[in-house]
Amino acid sequence: MSGSLARLPRLLALVPYLLKHPGVRVADVAALFEVTEEQLRRDLDLLWVCGLPGHGPGDLIDLEFEGDTITLSEPAGVTAPLRLTVDEALALLVALRTLAETPGLADREVVDRTLAKVEAAAGAAAEPSHRVEVTVEGEEQVLPVVRQALDASLRLHLSYYVPGRDETTERDVDPLRVLLVDGRSYLEAWCLLAEGVRLFRLDRVVAVTMLDIAAEAHPEAEQRDLSQGLFRASPDDTLVTLALRPGAHWVADYHPCESVEQIGDGTVVARLRTPDTAWVRRLALRLGDSGSVLEPPELAEQVRSDARAALSAYSA
Amino acid sequence: MSAKKTERLLNLVICLLHTHRFLSVQEIRDAVPGYASDTEDAFRRMFERDKAELRELGIPLETGTESQAHDDELGYRIARRDYELPPISLEPDEAAALGLAARLLHSAPLGSATGTALLKLRAAGIDAPEATGALEPRVGGNEPAFEACLAAVTVKQVVRFTYRASGREPEARQVEPWGVVWWHGRWYLVGHDTGRDDTRVFRLSRIVGPVAAVGPEQAVTPPVNLDLSALVARMAGEEPRATAQVRMRAGAGWALRREATGCTPGDDGWDVLELGYSDPERFADRVTGYGADAVVLSPDEARDAVVRRLQALAS
Repeated sequence: MSGSLARLPRLLALVPYLLKHPGVRVADVAALFEVTEEQLRRDLDLLWVCGLPGHGPGDLIDLEFEGDTITLSEPAGVTAPLRLTVDEALALLVALRTLAETPGLADREVVDRTLAKVEAAAGAAAEPSHRVEVTVEGEEQVLPVVRQALDASLRLHLSYYVPGRDETTERDVDPLRVLLVDGRSYLEAWCLLAEGVRLFRLDRVVAVTMLDIAAEAHPEAEQRDLSQGLFRASPDDTLVTLALRPGAHWVADYHPCESVEQIGDGTVVARLRTPDTAWVRRLALRLGDSGSVLEPPELAEQVRSDARAALSAYSA
Repeated sequence: MSAKKTERLLNLVICLLHTHRFLSVQEIRDAVPGYASDTEDAFRRMFERDKAELRELGIPLETGTESQAHDDELGYRIARRDYELPPISLEPDEAAALGLAARLLHSAPLGSATGTALLKLRAAGIDAPEATGALEPRVGGNEPAFEACLAAVTVKQVVRFTYRASGREPEARQVEPWGVVWWHGRWYLVGHDTGRDDTRVFRLSRIVGPVAAVGPEQAVTPPVNLDLSALVARMAGEEPRATAQVRMRAGAGWALRREATGCTPGDDGWDVLELGYSDPERFADRVTGYGADAVVLSPDEARDAVVRRLQALAS
């Protein structure tokens, strides 16, 4: 989807592309331009009848097919692609600058060289790109080590903070990939402690060490489908019902809920699944009187006793 | 667009790229197949639409006359140096960086422009590999206001919109836009709020309804040496206003400890942390989550905010 051009700009890019890639496979070109082979053949048929004024045999764009490959022998003067539009220059340059500014993603010096070349090629269209910035929290202490381990396929040791339990855990992991989602960076890895794929927020990594142990392949590891959001609820998780008054509505926006229901007077009832009710206890404490646990009742009682225990320190 | 029209436009581009001198409308009509058969009026209307479409795609149509001697009709041509992407060649490591960068904004509102830009560079002979595997970036939300704000920033045009600031009724705003910034998972518009005569940062998700461009393009002059990200971080983030002292059980509260400006270990298994905050209520939200492991010692406004939360929960 992302690369598909409307037909005329596609044809204007197709001619110089074919000129630069004689003997390229039709299927590869179709894939690159994100059209079906059928559509590409219609495009080529159209090119064939276009050309310089006069439109005699020597004036037309000329193509030669050989098996499933294609060679363009006459471009009719369309020898280079059209310049980048302002939006196109902006998209590439902003992405490159983000890459340059985020430690650990790529070699800064290489990115800077690339940036200079693309900026020069974009010319005047590059100017507005300076007014758009994309910042990614790369966690500069952690991300370079993680990337290095991924590149070298080595195991990592993590000291990882688990906010639900408010404790730091120690574990070895085999890194799978780095995810940058909504401004945060995560490591998806096979956790040897949990014997499964886990997602680690890099801003909660207290310390990371690359081990001199090769990471093992985990064919059973299933990468999460990001189109469904970052977090998946499991049917084994506890179903929690929260009443959220206006000051706590963010909870329903922030966490994936099974259902969210308005019940009048500005209160929202949200049902969500979690494997970790300790997290819900902490959440309920921080919400104070703007939110409360409705179900399960034993969790609501735990929150009450947590609050009483905490309060005793203030009355002493 | 019909195949017939695509064919006509492609022939028009080839014809105008080929010519060195300005071609009159009549010459264009004779040279480009597809124009000949219509009446003069129909041809003129069609040509006007075609010109607009080419300009829409960023094809630089140049207008002028060959001589100043007589009142020539305007002619047209496409200057090759304005049309063509200048030659560019990338080393393999640079091409890989480009592929990675393209992936970075793949899912952002800028994603489709990234894709078409990459196609043009590939047509210029650059072999940018598809970056896959180890890095999976998802940058950029889909706030409805993004497109209009980006367009206004690009052409430096004043905008008007309705904005709902946190805890307030929606209000009409007029802004000279300086830039858009993705920061901490959100898009922001930075600019000069003309109604308040001051610099403001707007969260795009809080813009209600459409963003209207007002007045001419190129009407906005952003300050020189503007650091957009720093401005957003300063204005959208929180500058500490006061310092609280919090007794924290040893080993607990790592997330608070990493932000502490000071930590005095006690001999009773508790430490005293010094933490900056701007809003006592929001500070209390965070501290209360640690339950009995955290006790606010001072100041009173923060201590009272925590106690109020706990009392509401304990009853």
